[in-house]
Amino acid sequence: MTGKNAARQENQGNCFHAFNAGSLPRRGSYFMTEPAQAIAVTDLHKRFGPLEVLKGVSLTARQGDVIAIIGGSGSGKSTFLRCINMLELPTSGSVAIHGETISMKKDGRDGLQPSDRKQVERLRTQLGMVFQSFNLWQHMTILQNVIEAPVHVLGKSKAEAIETAEALLRRVGLFEKRDAYPAFLSGGQQQRAAIARALAIQPLVMLFDEPTSALDPELVGEVLAVIGDLAAEKRTMILVTHEMKFARNVANHIVFLADGVIEEQGPPEEIFDAPKSERLKKFISSIH
Amino acid sequence: MADPASFINWGLLALSPPGWGGVLLSGFVASIKIAVGGYAFGLALGIGGACGKLYGGPILRDLMECYTTIVRAVPELVLILLLYYAGTDALNHVLGLFGIGTVDIGGLAAGIFVIGIVQGAYSTEVLRGAIKAVPAGQIEAARAYGMSPFKVTTRITLPAMLPYAIPGLSNLWLIATKDTALLAVVGFSELTLMTRQAAGATKSYLLFFCAAGVLYLALTLVSDVFIRLIERRARRGFVEQS
Ligand SMILES: Nc1ncnc2c1ncn2[C@@H]1O[C@H](COP(=O)(O)OP(=O)(O)OP(=O)(O)O)[C@@H](O)[C@H]1O
Ligand SMILES: [Mg+2]
Repeated sequence: MTGKNAARQENQGNCFHAFNAGSLPRRGSYFMTEPAQAIAVTDLHKRFGPLEVLKGVSLTARQGDVIAIIGGSGSGKSTFLRCINMLELPTSGSVAIHGETISMKKDGRDGLQPSDRKQVERLRTQLGMVFQSFNLWQHMTILQNVIEAPVHVLGKSKAEAIETAEALLRRVGLFEKRDAYPAFLSGGQQQRAAIARALAIQPLVMLFDEPTSALDPELVGEVLAVIGDLAAEKRTMILVTHEMKFARNVANHIVFLADGVIEEQGPPEEIFDAPKSERLKKFISSIH
Repeated sequence: MADPASFINWGLLALSPPGWGGVLLSGFVASIKIAVGGYAFGLALGIGGACGKLYGGPILRDLMECYTTIVRAVPELVLILLLYYAGTDALNHVLGLFGIGTVDIGGLAAGIFVIGIVQGAYSTEVLRGAIKAVPAGQIEAARAYGMSPFKVTTRITLPAMLPYAIPGLSNLWLIATKDTALLAVVGFSELTLMTRQAAGATKSYLLFFCAAGVLYLALTLVSDVFIRLIERRARRGFVEQS
């Protein structure tokens, strides 16, 4: 057994695993059939001044997992997602992407900071983040938005990037809008463009932070359709959402975050039909 | 002399002597050179200053704060006199220390330097405000896809802040064209000094100062055309309210 495997087995005790429904039963041949760990977050704490937002959250996403994070407002969902790609720096805990732990050092106060900026930048290209407010670059056309990171971060040739980008835009139904500027598109179109932009770096995992919360109700469907499509092709993703029906349909694992800890997690049927904790029961009934 | 048609002696504006038109034009060209050079130098200082103020450590930030505060507090005329005389003096002193001997700093280089220092302080503030106006989410998105801080600045922050900076930067350009006139006090042969000489020599004050005024006006009008083009380009991603 290699050292890495030993470490992984040790992790198992204190780590919440996102079980891939398709890979059960799998006890006997654990190390053979185990899909690679796309993301492993261990004992993550995050404090904003006196406010402790995350109080020790661990989560593992295997390749092919679609994990939905649900929870009340202010429960720390966005903070957790943003800690995965270090947009928010954790106070303690560790994050590993595809088995590679992001190396952190003390920041002199009581938090952490990356000890190798280049490593963080490299690992970020494995994470396709989609934001609640789209955050498209306003001075670039949709096509320019989509090819920006492939060309200027990954160093692809422009021609190759454009080819990929056009295919992605066709896929999200925005090929006709490729030369338009973001401000001239509807919210739903902007979010679909943002999804294409995130896909363009060919990430290992897609991270969605409430991708439909800023949209008018009639535009939610078109964005969810695109995300559902990605889930159907077994693309690994972590999705923070308030759309419970959608979460239930696309996710194979639901994580309920409350007060900075994972209060409960499991397959969608268990979480939505047979919640155990009082808080989850209350949360489920409040949204129905 | 009583003939109204000869009240204005247009012949004085002829390009070759005894007309003074050529002299005026060469002064105008010198003014434009200083304005362009000083503005560009100021812009470079401004980008550095704004980045220093926004992203620099405490010491750099304090230094930048001193620079912008002092330059903006002291009258430009005083600054120009100070930088021009004290500046050349100091430079020659330093060169003397290295045993290089004195150099005669060209009026053009000195003018560009002086105007640039003044412009730099103002453009630091214009650019700092514009950079802060860029929605944080756009910068965050750039970081999220693995861009280095340098790439984020050159690819996202600077182009995205342009629409917010252009009104202020346009004003600074127009001010730069007019600030060149202050260099007359240190004897630099720009448009205003040339005009004064021409007017003094011919006693046709009205004619020459009006001619200079027309040249300054023409520069402003042409600049306005370009500013409008640049602004339209910078605001291409904006939905314009009509
Ligand atoms: N940069 C910050 N500085 C200080 N406090 C913050 C910061 N970001 C988030 N918080 C606080 O952390 C808590 C969790 O915020 P977070 O955005 O993670 O919640 P959330 O679960 O995503 O909520 P929502 O469903 O409303 O998006 C909130 O109380 C919020 O006020
Ligand atoms: Mg949130």
